[in-house]
Amino acid sequence: MGQDALTQRYLPVLIVIIISFIIGFSMLLISRLIRPKRPYTLKLTPYECGIPSTEDTWERFNVKFYIVALVFVIFDVEIIFLYPWALVYKKIGFYALLEMYLFIFILLIGYFYAIGKKVFNWSKE
Amino acid sequence: MDTLYIIAITIIKTAVYFGILMLHVAYATYAERKIIGHIQLRLGPMVVGPHGILQPIADVVKLLFKEDIVPAKVDKTIFKIAPIISLTAALSTFAVIPVNKNWVIADINVGLLYVIGIAGIGTYGIIFSGWASNSKYAFLGGLRSAAQMVSYEVALGLSLVGVILMAESFNLTEIVNKQTEYWYGMFLFPQIIAYFVFVVAMLAETNRLPFDLPEAETELVAGYFVEYSGIRFSLFYLAEYLAMFSMSALATICFWGGWTAPPILIKAFPILEFVPGFVWFLIKVYFHIFLFFWLRGTLPRYRYDQLMAIGWKVLIPLALVNIVVTSIVKYYY
Repeated sequence: MGQDALTQRYLPVLIVIIISFIIGFSMLLISRLIRPKRPYTLKLTPYECGIPSTEDTWERFNVKFYIVALVFVIFDVEIIFLYPWALVYKKIGFYALLEMYLFIFILLIGYFYAIGKKVFNWSKE
Repeated sequence: MDTLYIIAITIIKTAVYFGILMLHVAYATYAERKIIGHIQLRLGPMVVGPHGILQPIADVVKLLFKEDIVPAKVDKTIFKIAPIISLTAALSTFAVIPVNKNWVIADINVGLLYVIGIAGIGTYGIIFSGWASNSKYAFLGGLRSAAQMVSYEVALGLSLVGVILMAESFNLTEIVNKQTEYWYGMFLFPQIIAYFVFVVAMLAETNRLPFDLPEAETELVAGYFVEYSGIRFSLFYLAEYLAMFSMSALATICFWGGWTAPPILIKAFPILEFVPGFVWFLIKVYFHIFLFFWLRGTLPRYRYDQLMAIGWKVLIPLALVNIVVTSIVKYYY
C-alpha cells in the first residue's frame, strides 16, 4: 500500500476525531451563552451529604488499585502479542501454536503467583 | 483521489452518521426509562407529548439551560476537559463501525484495534473527572472505575482474539464477510464462550448494572460525576449511552454477523433477502441495547470484591481456554 492510499484510508479517522471534539466543545459553548451563572460560597463546596467537608480528597488510597494496574499492564502486553499472532496464525501453522502456548504457559505462572499473593482478593480475610 | 475531496466527503458522511446516531441515543434514554418503568410496573415518562415521546428533547433543552457549577476546590483544567475527552472518545469509535455493506466512514485495516484503543482512552475521562472533582464520592468512583475498566478490558480484548483467529482480519467489514461463509452466518455458535465473556465485559466497560460500581447510587450518590451539573453532566451521560451503542455494534459485528442475515434463514424464507442490511444491523444492535436495560431491571449490583473476582478469576481464564480451544480446532481445519 502506497503513501497516498494510506493517507486516504486514515485521514477520515482523524477528521472524525476532530469533528467529535468540535461537537463536545460547541455544546459547551452554546450552553455557556444561555445558562445562568449565580455562584455563592456554599454552592461551590464539594458535595458531602450536607456535612461540611473536613479534609482534602487528594491523599493516600488503597494500594490494591495500584497492584491491579500493574497486573493489567502485563496482561495488556499479552493481548498486544496475541492479536498479531491470531491474525497470521493460519499462515505460520504449528510453530505459531507451540510458541503461543509456551507464552501463555509462562504468563499463567505469573497469573497463579498473583492469585497466590491474593492480588485479586478484595475482602479482608 | 484528491485530499480535499476526501475531507469533504468524510465531513458529509460524518454529519449524516452522527445526526442519526444522536437521534438513536436520545431515544435510547427514553426507551430505557420506559422499559425500566414497565419492568417495575410503572408507566415511565408520560407528560411531555403523547406517552412522553418528546421527553428526550425536553431533557436536552433543560440541560442546556442549567447552571454549570464548578466547585471552588477542583482542579479547573482537568475538571473542564474530562467530559470532552469522554465524549470525543465515545463518538470517534463510530468512525470504523460499518452499518451496512460499504456504509462506513473510514474502512481501515485495523478497525478492531482502533475500537479497543479508543475505548481505552474513554477511561481517562472518568479517571480525570474523579480525580479533579476533589470530592470523596467522585474520587472513590473514579478509582473504582479505573480498576474495573482496566480489569475488564483484558477480558474484552482476550475474548476478541477468538474472533480474530476465525476471521483472520482486524477489518470489521472483513469479519462480517467471513461469517457469511458459514451456513448459520455468525461467530456466535463457534465462539459462544467468547461471546459470554464479551457480554459480561461489555456491561462492566460501560459501567452498567450489575457492574455499575463507579456510580453506585446507594453508596457513592453518582460516583465520578457527582460534582458535574448541566451540560457537562450531559456530556458524560451522552458518552455512556454512546459507549453502549458502540459496544452493542461491536458485539453485533463480531458475533452476530453484522448486517447480514444467516444464509440458512434466507434459504428458508427467500423473501427476507429484500430486507435491507441496516435493518438487520439495527435489530441486532437493539437486541443488545435491550439486554442492557433488561439486566438493569432484573439484577442487583455486585459487591466490589465479587466484581474483581469475576473479572480476574472467571472471565480471563475462560477467555484463555477459548483461545486455546479455538486455535487447536483451527489448526485441524
